[in-house]
Amino acid sequence: MSAEFLKVEGLSKSYPAPGGGPPLLVFDEVNFAIDKGEFVCIVGHSGCGKSTILNILAGLDEASGGVVIMDGREIAGPSLDRGVVFQGHALMPWLTAKKNVAFAVKSRWPDADKARIDEICQRYLDLVGLTGAEHKKPAELSGGMKQRVGIARAFAIEPKMLLLDEPFGALDALTRGVIQDELLKICAATHQTVFMITHDVDEAILLADKIMLMSNGPRARIAEIVRNTLPRNRSRHTIHKDPQYYPIRNHLVDFLVSRSKEFTEQPPADFDPRHPPLVTPGLDVAPAVPESLVAPRVALKPVVVSIRN
Amino acid sequence: MLRSSRLAAALLSFLLFALFVAVWHVMTLPGGGGQAADSEYAKLLGSAAASGQKSAMPSPKDVALKMWEHVKDPFYVRGTNDQGIGIQISYSIGRVLLGFGLAALAAIPLGFLIGMSPLFYRAFDPFIQVLKPISPLAWMPLALFTIKDSATSSIFVIFICSLWPMLINTAFGVSAVRREWLNVARTLEVSALRKAFQVVLPAAAPTIMTGMRISVGIAWLVIVAAEMLVGGTGIGYFVWNEWNNLSISNILSAILLIGLVGMLLDQILARLARAVTYPE
Repeated sequence: MSAEFLKVEGLSKSYPAPGGGPPLLVFDEVNFAIDKGEFVCIVGHSGCGKSTILNILAGLDEASGGVVIMDGREIAGPSLDRGVVFQGHALMPWLTAKKNVAFAVKSRWPDADKARIDEICQRYLDLVGLTGAEHKKPAELSGGMKQRVGIARAFAIEPKMLLLDEPFGALDALTRGVIQDELLKICAATHQTVFMITHDVDEAILLADKIMLMSNGPRARIAEIVRNTLPRNRSRHTIHKDPQYYPIRNHLVDFLVSRSKEFTEQPPADFDPRHPPLVTPGLDVAPAVPESLVAPRVALKPVVVSIRN
Repeated sequence: MLRSSRLAAALLSFLLFALFVAVWHVMTLPGGGGQAADSEYAKLLGSAAASGQKSAMPSPKDVALKMWEHVKDPFYVRGTNDQGIGIQISYSIGRVLLGFGLAALAAIPLGFLIGMSPLFYRAFDPFIQVLKPISPLAWMPLALFTIKDSATSSIFVIFICSLWPMLINTAFGVSAVRREWLNVARTLEVSALRKAFQVVLPAAAPTIMTGMRISVGIAWLVIVAAEMLVGGTGIGYFVWNEWNNLSISNILSAILLIGLVGMLLDQILARLARAVTYPE
């Protein structure tokens, strides 16, 4: 594991104000790093610029300031090194599932022969559990299956890094769970580096090694980075029984409900945007977790947990 | 349910047709109406009118017999002014396909360019807005003057009238390609040419085909008028020539044929459009 595979420094994005006043600053001083093989989630309210950050990483959008360095080189424009899973699956409806994947594979290996392309497509479609649906058009696939094709397409080009823009937002909870499990499995097998946007706190805890919390816009910042201290072999079935689970979950929910707004209004005096605090709420409380926090599956209320900054 | 309703519709269609023919038949019965009232007119029409027996308007039977004649021998040539209806309609179809084809070759690439670039869109827009509403026949004198050939001029008129719907629809279809598909192509570092042919073209194809369908419909409307103007050959000329011969039966046969061919052209393009349409 080489440290700091991806480095984001002083990133900012502003739009010219409609009335000609000072430019509208969406976010600034965004700094973070992602190690190779790390799964990072970014959580924050709508409008804080999460998608813009992802688009800048993908090369689809340009930052107003700051740099992104991946593998020692500055990101300038889109690249096959970064696979993107789009929010609305973005499959081409006139192509079958396999041909959608083949479109990407042909872009990655333009000189590969037909049999080789077919073999790669089949492998990745099998990987996401779409065996048998290869020749269906997107309109004949369910929402979950479409999103899986999108994932297969992103994985098939074997990118150095995967960018996921709220990939499961439009799916029902059951389908989402199944695909989350699959994504975990694939990532574990391929040691993929992943940057993902989500609104779902549970999803973030299940998938991510590091969860970045963004304050509300305008002038959003990465307020803190939560290290997921749950063991890496997490599973959807047992994760909520881990004593660390609810402390982490409560910490995240608490941030989204109140602190994200408070942070924008009044950042803590010792906050340094170049080094957002790294917190481990899971370790703060464990192992002395009251039984009442762990066992019951009742509606969860955010519990205020001490923060170390 | 569906089957029976379709059967009922077919039956009703047949009844409407039978009613139409019956009314037509009654209207053209000999002796009806003040036929030979105008003696000048009777003189002009000759013996048929002078006898006051038969209307100049043919009965359904006359027209049916005339049509049967045309069907039996559509491709005869008896001099320049007396050629089979099949030959005449072939001339018209040929002109329409040629003018339409040339227009497609010009409009689709140009529409692509305009649709891809907002700069070109704005630069071309005033010209399109002014040129589009001009009746294609207004170009005819200019075409005759510059091209100096009546057959080529009518093809030019077809070209001009089929150009605009295809141009506008292509530009619109191309500019409306979903941003996310273009972003997919961008993240995959797809070349501009491959993007144009494998992303933009299939995405815009249904809109382009709609434009082509409108174009071919207009072209078929215009060819009849254009051939009436320039003369020589074609179904439009045939209609005008039969008007001079006062053969209403021939005119009615030609009108029906024009309708049938127009429907056929439309159906072919509708089928092509269905082939490139994708469900979202």
